Amino acid sequence: MRVLVCVKRVPMTGGRIVLTPDQREIETRHLGFTVSPHEECAVEEAVRLIETHGGESVVLTLGPPQAEEQLRDAMAIGVDRAIHLVTDGEEWDPQATAAAIVEAIEVERRVGGDFDLYLFGNESADAGNYQVGIRVAYSLGLPVVTGVKALAVEGDRLRLEREAGAARDLYEVPLPAVVTVLEGINLPRYPSVPGRMRAQRKPIASSTPVRPTPRLEKVRLVVPESQRKEAEILGHGPQAAPRVVELLAELGVLP
Amino acid sequence: MTVLVLAEQTGGQPDELSLQAVAFARSLFPDRPVHALLVGEAQAVAAAASLPVATAYVAEVEGSYAPAAWATAAAELLDRLQADSLIAPGSDRGNEVLAHVACRLDLPFAANCVAATPGEPIRLTRVRWGGSLLEEALLHAPITILSVAPHAVAASPPGRPQAVETFQPALAAADLAVRVVGRVEPAGTGVSLAEAKVVVSGGRGVGSAEGFAVIEELASLLGGAVGCSRAVTSAGWRPHRDQVGQTGTKIAPDLYIACGISGATQHMAGCKGAKRILAINSDPEAPILASADYAVIGDLHEIVPAISAEIRRVQGR
Repeated sequence: MRVLVCVKRVPMTGGRIVLTPDQREIETRHLGFTVSPHEECAVEEAVRLIETHGGESVVLTLGPPQAEEQLRDAMAIGVDRAIHLVTDGEEWDPQATAAAIVEAIEVERRVGGDFDLYLFGNESADAGNYQVGIRVAYSLGLPVVTGVKALAVEGDRLRLEREAGAARDLYEVPLPAVVTVLEGINLPRYPSVPGRMRAQRKPIASSTPVRPTPRLEKVRLVVPESQRKEAEILGHGPQAAPRVVELLAELGVLP
Repeated sequence: MTVLVLAEQTGGQPDELSLQAVAFARSLFPDRPVHALLVGEAQAVAAAASLPVATAYVAEVEGSYAPAAWATAAAELLDRLQADSLIAPGSDRGNEVLAHVACRLDLPFAANCVAATPGEPIRLTRVRWGGSLLEEALLHAPITILSVAPHAVAASPPGRPQAVETFQPALAAADLAVRVVGRVEPAGTGVSLAEAKVVVSGGRGVGSAEGFAVIEELASLLGGAVGCSRAVTSAGWRPHRDQVGQTGTKIAPDLYIACGISGATQHMAGCKGAKRILAINSDPEAPILASADYAVIGDLHEIVPAISAEIRRVQGR
């Protein structure tokens, strides 16, 4: 089978978010980058599917030149090749993002054939727009299931599970299909050193799409008013235990 | 112009997030009629009678949830009412159905808004990074499609609509191609993380899967649930269902005891609903101290067992 998995480069924000002076972006000078957690699992799922069923996995990102790092990371754990839609770093709105991905898929279809499965994260860690996978599915005329926590290929169909309260809803859809996954669907592996070396030799097809005028237009970012607290220090070390248990009693949480 | 709110129900009652979406719609457009749409069968009709809106419409769709069918019902009603706004709760289904509607109509969709100001374009504030950051944005569209971030506004109290009207949306076969075909009930018992009154959670500082024995013991003594940070699930020490965070479970216990957890934004997005936070950490400069109400400084492997022993002592167990 052939699987396409889409990822987005995002900063690792750590404990406190600081903005650039123009308030348009997060200050990332001292931060590392990764892909959204749901997408890490989407990449792992793509690699496992190809390990089980054979075929080819391809990773796609729309992002700045530096997003090559995230494409190499995905190829280091086993994805075969990459498609990089290179931007100038300015964020694209979800409609424009989906349109650019669909265009890249159409190019693939003309030269290499169709994908059987398109994997996305349910929502990106940063923008959280909850829609790019659905938009791509609509444009391609494919079924889409979101928020998936378990995925199994059964012949030419997919069996999918999505959390609904404490239970799980079951879905069954024919391939080809679009699926957006949640973290927890699997435990992503770490890349090995030989995997990283192989990834350096795997191909990346780059193109530079033109960013359309956004219809959901970011104006500026705001760090929410912090409810910064002055924690009451109950003590140091195990000697603090009696004070802690007093507090548990005061809060009414001692059974 | 009119406003349409897509509502969800549980057991014949409108759910809390849907009543928040109604409140958001009414405060955004105080001079306009606000209608609501429920999709389903008898329970949807029952819930419609408790929605405080002008007309509560029920699209009769038999059987289980099918996102595209819900979207068809919403798009049909939007057109019939010539409504210029479609608002839903920022729930799994609310966000999913609005994205489907936006695709149908080739319109933008703003997910998880906390505030909006009418105008052309409409100006809105929406949640990023699970609530650790806000974005001010403009939505350029003839029809406003937005979802309301959970707990951004207080819910409207349930009330009677002026009218309830049912209709059969014109569904195509494709609208029912993706739908719930079964249910898997949870195997596990015990206190659920999302509903526990006390959650005792461990982070990277716990050091190993075995290290969680002391966390489990304290949680058990307090009748609470065990949680953990993303670092812990990524290391494979605990299953993902124990993870508290932006990509894990969002919790709202009376007391959250965070042991060896630094307090990354990813984690805090999951526990900011806690009424009180007690941090147990060896680092007095850890970011979690800025969000905690109480702290004990030191090695959790000494402190947590001492707390458990003290609980046993005072309770004579």
